[in-house]
Amino acid sequence: MPLIGVPHKRVEDPRLITGRGRYTDDVRLPGMLHAAILRSPRAHARIEAIDVAAARSAAGVVAVYTGRDIAGKVGPIPTAWLPPDSDIKATAHPALATDTVRYAGDGVALVVAESAAAARDALDLIRVSYEPLPAVVEQADAMREGAPLVHADAPGNIAFHWKAGQVSDAVFSGAEVVVRHTFRQQRLIPNPMEPRAAVAQYDRATGDLTLWATSQNPHIHRVLLSGVLGIPEHRLRVVSVDVGGGFGAKIACYPDEALTAFAAMSLGRPVKWTETRTEHFLATTHGRDMVIDVELAGRREGTLEAIRVRNIANMGAYLSTAAPGVPTILFGLIVTGAYTFEHAAVDVYGIFTNTTPTDAYRGAGRPEATYLVERMVDLFAREIGMDPIEVRRKNLVRPEAFPYPSALGLSYDSGNYQRALEQALATVDYLGLRREQAALRGHGRYIGIGCSSYVEISGLGPSEVAGAVGFQGGLWESANIRVHPSGKVTVFTGGSPHGQGEETTFAQIVADRFGIPIADVEVVHGDTARIAMGWGTYGSRTTAVGGSAIAVAADRVIDKGRKIAAHMLEAAEDDVEFAQGTYQVRGAPERSETFQAVTLQAYLAWNLPEGLEPSLEAAAYYNPSNFTFPFGTHVAVVEVDPETGDVKLLRYVAVDDCGTVINPMIAEGQVHGGIVQGIGQALWEGAIYSAEGQLLTGSLLDYPMPKARFFPTFETAFTETPAPHNPLGAKGIGETGTIAATPAIINAVVDALQPFGVGDLAMPLWPERVLQAIEAGRDGR
Amino acid sequence: MIARAFKYTRASSVEEALRLLREEGDVKLIAGGQSLLPLMKLRLAMPQRIVDIGRLAALRGVRREGERIVVGALTTHAAVAQNPLLREVVPLLSQAAGEIGDMQVRNRGTIGGSLVHGDGAADLAAAVLALDATLEVTTADGSSSRPAAGFFLGPMLTALPQGAVLTAVSFPEPPDGARQVYRKVAHPASGYAVVGVAALLAMGPDGTVRHARVAVTGAGQAPFRASAAEATLLGRKPTPDLVAEAASHAGDGVEFAGDLYASAEYRRRLTEVHVRRAITDLV
Ligand SMILES: Cc1cc2nc3c(=O)[nH]c(=O)nc-3n(C[C@H](O)[C@H](O)[C@H](O)COP(=O)(O)OP(=O)(O)OC[C@H]3O[C@@H](n4cnc5c(N)ncnc54)[C@H](O)[C@@H]3O)c2cc1C
Repeated sequence: MPLIGVPHKRVEDPRLITGRGRYTDDVRLPGMLHAAILRSPRAHARIEAIDVAAARSAAGVVAVYTGRDIAGKVGPIPTAWLPPDSDIKATAHPALATDTVRYAGDGVALVVAESAAAARDALDLIRVSYEPLPAVVEQADAMREGAPLVHADAPGNIAFHWKAGQVSDAVFSGAEVVVRHTFRQQRLIPNPMEPRAAVAQYDRATGDLTLWATSQNPHIHRVLLSGVLGIPEHRLRVVSVDVGGGFGAKIACYPDEALTAFAAMSLGRPVKWTETRTEHFLATTHGRDMVIDVELAGRREGTLEAIRVRNIANMGAYLSTAAPGVPTILFGLIVTGAYTFEHAAVDVYGIFTNTTPTDAYRGAGRPEATYLVERMVDLFAREIGMDPIEVRRKNLVRPEAFPYPSALGLSYDSGNYQRALEQALATVDYLGLRREQAALRGHGRYIGIGCSSYVEISGLGPSEVAGAVGFQGGLWESANIRVHPSGKVTVFTGGSPHGQGEETTFAQIVADRFGIPIADVEVVHGDTARIAMGWGTYGSRTTAVGGSAIAVAADRVIDKGRKIAAHMLEAAEDDVEFAQGTYQVRGAPERSETFQAVTLQAYLAWNLPEGLEPSLEAAAYYNPSNFTFPFGTHVAVVEVDPETGDVKLLRYVAVDDCGTVINPMIAEGQVHGGIVQGIGQALWEGAIYSAEGQLLTGSLLDYPMPKARFFPTFETAFTETPAPHNPLGAKGIGETGTIAATPAIINAVVDALQPFGVGDLAMPLWPERVLQAIEAGRDGR
Repeated sequence: MIARAFKYTRASSVEEALRLLREEGDVKLIAGGQSLLPLMKLRLAMPQRIVDIGRLAALRGVRREGERIVVGALTTHAAVAQNPLLREVVPLLSQAAGEIGDMQVRNRGTIGGSLVHGDGAADLAAAVLALDATLEVTTADGSSSRPAAGFFLGPMLTALPQGAVLTAVSFPEPPDGARQVYRKVAHPASGYAVVGVAALLAMGPDGTVRHARVAVTGAGQAPFRASAAEATLLGRKPTPDLVAEAASHAGDGVEFAGDLYASAEYRRRLTEVHVRRAITDLV
């Protein structure tokens, strides 16, 4: 029975929803100590003195360390994405600040105590005297002449300057229509349910360090931390089995995990550190925060010709691990969206400020790019007086054009953008809605329809390209499939799912290929001692790349099994077919052996073909030849209350194409979560700093995370256009919702407010802001 | 988030609680803990001792006493939301309780704790104002009744005397034919009211307004009665124009509160709109 495309329930769920998950904070070891980190309350200051005497002598306190105490023992925190030709200044990021604090939340001291309470109490006993320095928060201010410098060695606060593509001025000066606009991608705070945590255990006898950590990529953490801690890579084991969401915030290498490991090594006892939610707001990476200028050139009849983008990205106080890749590669290369722009150019500045470092956040660069192009298409449509849907129909890449070479040098693998668009429009009844909208306006009611036809880069990615764009790692993935003598299977993957459900989808892939029950397959991930190598889970890569590695390895197992079966059946290998768990001589169904019988023979080795080694297992290291390019169309229908500015979501339709769908229920779940986060950015979320660099939205009381009750039932569907270049045909579905939803909502609200002359609105659409736009429109009339 | 160490005593009677409050300086009562514990975890409150009154059965439950409905101070938000008697007689109270926080908070948080805590956005504060409730208070000197009107003085500030225990909240039967509603605009992060409007209206046989109560939470420095709006309605027919006029006076004399999410000016606007809509729902 085929298992691809079956909505099998998530095998990880019984464990997770009955509280039996093994999250990092669940790890309890004999003799374990607890760490807490003192963080700077100031955004920018010189440290004059730190007095830790009272803390050191407090009851239960085992050790207190400052930046000076760890100097030479814990190395600087590295940046691992260095875009070429960008003059990047990966300035030193000390694990604890020694002379200068650069953002409110910067670590200043580490306390280790017998209990978490004693560690927390001791933080209050540390006296730090700060000499305040002027802080800079906004990227535009940071670039001004004479602005305070975050790092002395980064003049102008410029961390890097990166460019791609070229558009001559003549294209714009000669264009029939030019639309210019500036968009602000507000700063977002990820907030996975599980905060970051680490438990470190050091064996002084062997020199082995085990670090349980909340990681999306334990092998990357292993190699980076081995450098930071000066511990040989083979002595370091990183374990991240159950991770409660990451959304990009658990990719980075942080000071805190390194400090926890250092303390365990120094003290010879296990040490645990778990961040509080307050710390999460301050000291875990944020996302977005870009100011983006766009110019678009086109023709009056609706053809899009050229797009030119300048992005000023706020990197925060330090360049986090993958941060430089976000506003450059992951943003810049996809600003043309799903459209046939002939010319495109991108110019990106990464800027240091006295704020929490930014890094990847679900979508990472692609939501920002999609936002600008989807908003620009609507602004262009309005400028030329055309329905925005017509502009999309006219300019979407056509099905016969794939593989499509984009103006910025990507090769879009496959697609049928029109089919997704038309299906979404049919689902909402676009023309009917337009009639309803006109009728309701007559009654003083304002509904709006917003569309977003996105394409994204996922399935990261070809390792050669990773190298060419400065990613300090590979992007292939590993799989190891071990069939046990009884025919049960263990799959070891280098992907590191943390909520996405690959324990199920990967088991489906293997069970489907082997013709065995899903329950016979166990998927192991997130432990560097059990999995030789892997690059982890981010960039919607796990199924497309890690799943493909599994498919290749599974086929290798089947091929070896065929040799054994042929020998057992006394047939030629070419005459033996494998289907539904049975090797069978072609045309002779009575001559067959089950997968299990063949497996047993592989281990017994009583009767193997000459020269064939016993055992049945296979490895694959899959390096994709291209990225994958999921796409689709989302349509939002909203109603705006003209008296209060409230935005009500009436309907939300998503038609996504992520190639072959392995488990439609899980894929739909990913779409739902993504939409929620995308709408979160549009309507509610946004970090706000004071001019002094204090985070004013530093708790869940102030920072509105979306909640289930905010949403209508989503109407989701998939079209399937397989990726032509991987064995599964799978693309990626982890980020599409986040990428598509934000502009769909803003387009809908702006559409609703057309009678008030509203052309754009700054996110998030807090009602007061919407009301102000309405009132400005009323006054203008 | 770990609170500073504290001592804990479970009180076995109101008298014992009062004695402990008197004997030590830095003592806090705890009921459901839904306001006190977050403050303690953030170390914004660091009492030396907490006295748990949560198991005092005498302070729990809903009963009719003559003309009045009495709700024990320890009655949880969930119980207030579901109690059949309250739903019948003072449905706006049940409605307001049902809009508080989430299920966990409603299962632990108590009416007494909410009113005493004095959050300027407490849902139940608007409800008790609109329902002309009386707060039953016991101190070392004895018991007394205090009207809800005048109880809420400012942000986290109430008229409860030092060292007192709120034992119950009692409600008169609303006038015959009264209709009531609670409308809440929730802050998308905290879930607290940006503006919450509790309204109660009773009409005379001639179609004029005989009794009007409008109370607002979340919008001002403390929950307040919109007296000018009530006065505008009294004795007149509630035409759409009159209702709009009444609503336009809802913020008269009020110092509105502003925050990142909604300025004072916007809260004034929301108050007017939602008072109008609340009254319109009732006529
Ligand atoms: C996540 C969350 C969301 C919330 N959302 C809302 C909301 O939307 N709307 C809303 O109105 N509230 C909300 N609240 C607050 C909630 O209503 C609290 O339950 C209530 O404010 C306090 O009641 P309690 O019994 O938990 O009091 P406690 O926390 O135990 O005590 C609060 C204060 O009252 C004192 N106290 C308690 N009982 C008495 C008494 N009988 N006599 C004298 N003093 C007493 C205590 O000493 C303390 O100072 C929320 C709380 C949380 C945690």
